[in-house]
Amino acid sequence: MRSLLDPTAHLRTLGALASSGDPLFVHGLNWQVWLIVAIKVLVAFSALLVSVMLMIWFERKVISDMQSRIGPNRAGPWGLLQTMADGIKLFFKEDLLPERADSFVFKLAPYLSLIPALLIFTVVPVGGVITVGSHTFELQVADPPIGILFVLAMSSIAVYGVMLAGWSSGSKYPLLGSVRASAQMISYEAALGMTVVTVVLISGSLSTRAIVDSQAAAFWDWNLIRLGFLPFIFFMIAITAELTRPPFDLTEAESELVGGFHTEYSSIRFALFFLAEFMNTITMSAVVVTLFFGGPDGPIPRFIPTAEIWMPVVWFLLKVLVFLFIYVWFRAALPRFRYDQLMDLGWKRLIPMTLGWLMIVAAIVVWHWWGLLVAVGVVAAAVLLNRAFAVGATREEEHAILPPVGQRVWALSASDSGSDVDAERGDEGGPR
Amino acid sequence: MTLTLLAAGGATIPDIIVFAVSAAVIIMGAFGVVTSRNPVHAALSLVMTLFGVAVLFIEQDANFLAAVQVIVYAGAIVVLFLFVIMFLGVDRRENIEAEPLVGQRPLALIFVGVAVASLVALLVSSHWVTGAHGVVGPINGSVNPGSPGAPSGEVAQLGKQLFTTYLFAFEATAALLVIAVVGAVVLARRERRDLEKPSVESPDDEPSSDSSEKEVLR
Repeated sequence: MRSLLDPTAHLRTLGALASSGDPLFVHGLNWQVWLIVAIKVLVAFSALLVSVMLMIWFERKVISDMQSRIGPNRAGPWGLLQTMADGIKLFFKEDLLPERADSFVFKLAPYLSLIPALLIFTVVPVGGVITVGSHTFELQVADPPIGILFVLAMSSIAVYGVMLAGWSSGSKYPLLGSVRASAQMISYEAALGMTVVTVVLISGSLSTRAIVDSQAAAFWDWNLIRLGFLPFIFFMIAITAELTRPPFDLTEAESELVGGFHTEYSSIRFALFFLAEFMNTITMSAVVVTLFFGGPDGPIPRFIPTAEIWMPVVWFLLKVLVFLFIYVWFRAALPRFRYDQLMDLGWKRLIPMTLGWLMIVAAIVVWHWWGLLVAVGVVAAAVLLNRAFAVGATREEEHAILPPVGQRVWALSASDSGSDVDAERGDEGGPR
Repeated sequence: MTLTLLAAGGATIPDIIVFAVSAAVIIMGAFGVVTSRNPVHAALSLVMTLFGVAVLFIEQDANFLAAVQVIVYAGAIVVLFLFVIMFLGVDRRENIEAEPLVGQRPLALIFVGVAVASLVALLVSSHWVTGAHGVVGPINGSVNPGSPGAPSGEVAQLGKQLFTTYLFAFEATAALLVIAVVGAVVLARRERRDLEKPSVESPDDEPSSDSSEKEVLR
């Protein structure tokens, strides 16, 4: 394994797999340790805020390019300060509280969105292990033993922000938007968790640092390749839905729901939701990089002095940037899903597939022939499940407002014959 | 757990502060659940209690339990409660002064007294209600440190216990949950034939049954 800075990193890495933790706290707490922790928190916080500002600009610029527009170009060079201008405008706008709103929950909700977004970033390793003076520490705000579970916990708390915002607004469209959003987030959390488990299985630890360390040998040791690409694709789909980014942005479908759960929000509270959304995009890109792309792992030019300190950070930032671009690309290229398609994809496709892949990976970890055996079993189960879906779909046809997935192209032309089918099957009743 | 530590004199000052603060949060949340007039506020108070318990778990080095507490209870179960509250439109303020069952308050008081007394009696007579002193063993130990597929200590210990010693209870719980879900689906799902006849179908009927069915499926 590549030692990132100190020659003992190899041993430390092995140790980290067993019981992780920041080496900063090995010698107890004193004021220097406190100072380092405070600096880490401050740097992470301000870097995150600045990167959100840049991300909003980046998204607007890239999407303008993809749509043959110019995009923001007035405030600052290349419109870089446009986000700042928008922020100041929002800050000075009137803060409205709807008459029928539940004022306490209404005010609480934006923070429930923002704080999890901030906290998730604390467990992401942004660089290697560095030594300042007599203190050795990891370049990440916190390294709790539950690492990646903390990410899942926080993303499940973020559901509350969206849900309560819609409910507390005391109006119709926000409520519909928030019900959609929270149902979507909960549905995709299952697939998300299952993919995370495959990563944990192969890495042998929940700690994000240990997950990154276990991928550190070479790029073919990245979980992307070790786990066979598919978990990454599942994770990417699930995380996009979890973020309610396009093409899964039904929560903010303007044509259906006005503005979604934050319709009634204005001024700084709206800005908080906006901030949380983009911050989530950034932190989740960072989580993808951590789980599947080795985090700060990458070749280090050793002939440049101190490259070992900053090069991992550069690699990390570059990898995150790729994913931020991919999210913008999604938004420019893909049309929005319909709600039932979204639920079908989540429950009927993604969860069984992630579960199947998880079982195969688990079996391979035990013994590779078991893996083969389980793979055959999973394929058989998939065939059965597909058959079950097909049977369920034909049965649903009688009453479904929208025909199920896979039969939608000719759905409109077949809708006339639907009533005939009804009449035929009416007496049958069918086993329920 | 912390109480025994306190009694043994092994608690440091941060331990005591963390315990006091999270205990206060838990109790405040519990009172909020009971006294809130608005069901949504009650659910949020429940989340507060669950968070306090999670903090206590972390203080006892049971990190995995804390994470599961937040993911499962705060992240899934209370969200489900909120769904039901929002869908069924029962998110109105209630008059908690009203007493639907005559004499329920004194009865409740008696039962709470009995429950607390029996808990205290159990705690005095044995270490744990189950009779086992602890199932997870040393928390920071690891089965096979460094080898892929070997999860870190606590998770490994929990998993091993769950799938060996407590396998029967685990499977029985799983079966129980499946039965509950299937039962709820059967209860909530109506025969489609009934709904087709316009005479049977009432305007309010369908959305509510539909939504509750979806609830269960989620």
